[in-house]
Amino acid sequence: MARPTTEVSMPKMKTKAKKPAQKREVPDGTAPAKGGGAASAPKAGKRAAVVHETAESMARKQREISVSEFFLKNRHLLGFDSPRRALMTTVKEAVDNALDACEEAGHLPEISVDIEQTAENRFRVTVTDNGPGIVRHQIPKVFAKLLYGSKFHRLRMSRGQQGIGISAAGMYGQLTTGTSTHILSRSRNQKMAHDIAVQIDTKTNAPTIISDDERAWCPEFFPTGPDGKPGKTITYSHGTRVSIEMEAAYVRGRLSVDEYLKQCAIVNPHMQLHYRVRLLPKQDEKGDGAPQATAADGGAPWTSFFRGVGEMPPPTREIKPHPHGVELGMLMAMLKDTNARTLQGALCQDFSRVSPKTAKEICERAKLYPNARPARIAHHESEALYKAIGETNLMRPPTDCLAPIGEGQIIAGLKKEIEADFYTAKTRNPAVYRGNPFQIEAGIAYAKPGENQDLGAEDPVRLMRFANRVPLLHMGGACAMTKAAIGVNWKAYGLAQPRGSLPVGPMVIMIHIASVWVPFTSESKEAIAHYQEIIREIAFALQDCGRQLSHYLSRKRRADEAARKRSFIERYIPHLALGLKEILALNDRQEKTVVTKLSGMLERTHLDV
Amino acid sequence: MPSKKSKKTAAPTRQAPARGPSAPEVVSRKAASGKISAIADAVFKDIVQRSRRPSMSFPVRSLQNVRYDTRRGHFEILGKKVTRTLSYTTVKTFAQSMRLLATTKNDLLDKDDIAGKREVYYNSKSWGECRFDEQPESDALLDDIEAMLAINREQLGYIPEERGGDVCGPITVIDRDPSSGKPIRINCKELGTGAWSVPSRVEHLGFETRAKFILVVETASLFQRLVHHRFFDRANCVLVSMSGVPTRACRRFVRRLADDQRLPVLAFTDGDPYGYCNIYRTLKVGSGQAAHINRFFCVPQAQFLGVTPQDIKDYKLEDATHPLEEADIKRAKDALKNDPFIQHHKEWQKALEDMLKMGVRIEQQAFAKHGLNFVLERYLPEKLKKGKFLP
Repeated sequence: MARPTTEVSMPKMKTKAKKPAQKREVPDGTAPAKGGGAASAPKAGKRAAVVHETAESMARKQREISVSEFFLKNRHLLGFDSPRRALMTTVKEAVDNALDACEEAGHLPEISVDIEQTAENRFRVTVTDNGPGIVRHQIPKVFAKLLYGSKFHRLRMSRGQQGIGISAAGMYGQLTTGTSTHILSRSRNQKMAHDIAVQIDTKTNAPTIISDDERAWCPEFFPTGPDGKPGKTITYSHGTRVSIEMEAAYVRGRLSVDEYLKQCAIVNPHMQLHYRVRLLPKQDEKGDGAPQATAADGGAPWTSFFRGVGEMPPPTREIKPHPHGVELGMLMAMLKDTNARTLQGALCQDFSRVSPKTAKEICERAKLYPNARPARIAHHESEALYKAIGETNLMRPPTDCLAPIGEGQIIAGLKKEIEADFYTAKTRNPAVYRGNPFQIEAGIAYAKPGENQDLGAEDPVRLMRFANRVPLLHMGGACAMTKAAIGVNWKAYGLAQPRGSLPVGPMVIMIHIASVWVPFTSESKEAIAHYQEIIREIAFALQDCGRQLSHYLSRKRRADEAARKRSFIERYIPHLALGLKEILALNDRQEKTVVTKLSGMLERTHLDV
Repeated sequence: MPSKKSKKTAAPTRQAPARGPSAPEVVSRKAASGKISAIADAVFKDIVQRSRRPSMSFPVRSLQNVRYDTRRGHFEILGKKVTRTLSYTTVKTFAQSMRLLATTKNDLLDKDDIAGKREVYYNSKSWGECRFDEQPESDALLDDIEAMLAINREQLGYIPEERGGDVCGPITVIDRDPSSGKPIRINCKELGTGAWSVPSRVEHLGFETRAKFILVVETASLFQRLVHHRFFDRANCVLVSMSGVPTRACRRFVRRLADDQRLPVLAFTDGDPYGYCNIYRTLKVGSGQAAHINRFFCVPQAQFLGVTPQDIKDYKLEDATHPLEEADIKRAKDALKNDPFIQHHKEWQKALEDMLKMGVRIEQQAFAKHGLNFVLERYLPEKLKKGKFLP
């Protein structure tokens, strides 16, 4: 799975990169008039001078490309295409790793994110967690070697998948600022923490250790209460801190770090997160510049996203791949690497839901001997085997490996971070796409129109997308979740919905997919691929929430109607009484009796009280 | 000449007087005030003693709730009633009714004052949230109250805003000084180029006349022409101008005059569905809207002189017509289908069908085609001589 060393794919990837291919790319005839003539002359000359390569001359140029080099040139694939996004991605990768680590160790996560501006377009991102810590000799590899991690080789629901993210962030920092990634890590039974600075050797994709010390350190967290007053400092005996300095830009808004962390807090209500941004005072802005806390004063205020629930999500289980989810190449590789003696045994042992009987059935269908040695299965035989697997009915993969957030927790998360009037959530039963189990959850937070300033009654609803508890901020338009949300007929649930768009209303929709292998459309992990099974499950979950919403809305409509009627009645009854009083010369007490009696009567008949 | 003709015309309508109630029941202000108090008291008792939602009931005022009473010669209201029970939807109108009743009783009846419809509307502006937003609201409610009390609103102190109609001719109207009550005699023959205006209340008027009939005309301009040439001398008739649909006062005046002096009444309107079905029909038998008081505000002895569809042919006026408009056609068809008066008279059905067939309407002024005074020199004398009118 490590990137193959052939370079066949390289030119392709390169042209994909945004970098213009300099002069070789012929500008077409309509090119800017500016240098039209001048540009074409050298081109013609160059073409004339082409010397055809020989196999030998080409061979001299052919050499291995390290994965690091590849990603250095294709940083957009990993989410580092703009300074703004680079900051986002770094925070995201670090927080994801911290959460995964805490959960696997069974600690309730406590995380702090500190963003500090060091120069006009330079930021230092420091993320601290209370995880189990990392063993010293693994630290360099984890933080300074691409495609090194614990999560790629297993089918288990976790945030990270490939083992690229944090190293790529470190590499990006190293590339743009020349600084190292600093790691502080202390595990429970250690006295001192490791203090290590690493860089990545982009040629060999190997870590270079810059410094390696030990020092006394404990992760400390500084909560700030909802009233804005700092609370008691929280200290742990174990944890990890990673600090990366990089070229970046901090911008507020929908695609900002702030939004990411907020959404993160929604789907991880068991997490407690402290966050601060320290900006340099703006130099080009005079007058009453922003009273932002500056980097100089170390006591910039923290923002805390407090824990909403005190229990951990149930731990997830690793599963073996399901035969229906395996591709031919993977199947071949698995047969080659298996330690089973027979084909039948390999099928039973390395895949889920394959019993000896089913394995035999597959073998017979593929016209192979069940006792054949797996490693000997030749190419055309494995193809027959692959076909046979596809034709065999198999039990669906086990689904207890998934840990959905849960309806209660989703509601708790939404309540915590979004001020609204109505919350609902639905967790669907697990389903399967291409042999991978997955589970869809959806939630809705509906604010009364005008009550939450972030949610305009005339604006499209806000769609929050999550995969394995990770917020997805970019590429919403390409995502299966958006497609499914648009596909639901929201009008049936009392919302306005322009044709082919999200519904309109003061509402947040959140959709979460939990899977052992989330089908992202690209390595930057921002959009879910359009699998029919997934879209259908999302639609069902949303429809379920929609029904709850429509109950709420009609209840609300009835209440509004009653309130309107009540005020209407209360407005006119006194006039009726006054008229009677004037005609019959009633006294004030009688007038009052009329008002009270009438109000009572009308409320009984019209307001269902 | 004219007297001869008028004698003939008088013949078919001689039976008119002495039938039906001669005048609306005269209700004293005290009695009216008492009626209001009784209604309010019932509402109050419903609320306080019986603990139930109060209600008020009104006769339905529309063509659907009238019958053409051929014996009495007008639209008689039927028994359909609407009951307005206090509820969320009626609370506003209910409150407004109460306040309007209170104003009527306290400010008009008890103080012997008068108010116009528009004044009522503006008066409500002091009621706060209970006020009328538009005048039609207060007008409708006033009609409701009138129907509920069964007292015409003039007697409640509400004066109509519109002009009552103009009168000219050999008649002396005996009115009285509003403050002293001293009788005032008005000779309508000697008003020069002007005319006498019908007041909003006509019950107290007395008449002296030797005229042979009353000619009621639709447009003021034709009225002016007839007055200018003193047509009333030639034909020995009382001229009345309605200016469109006659007001209640105008209808009542014509009715009282006709009853009092036993005069036949002839109507002369434009030849179009509006002239037939709205102006003439309302003059003769009353309207659906005022069904509850039609018996006073109608002129059953009225007959229709013209302009009839037949006149168009007889006087070769085909090129002085206008095509019927959408609204005209709709009005004519609607009348044929729904108007009890038209449905009762074959002649009218034929006239409307003829008009629809010809597809044209004609105005009173169209006779000017044959000369400005053709209408009074040829048309009217000939029609009067013939003595054949539409019922």
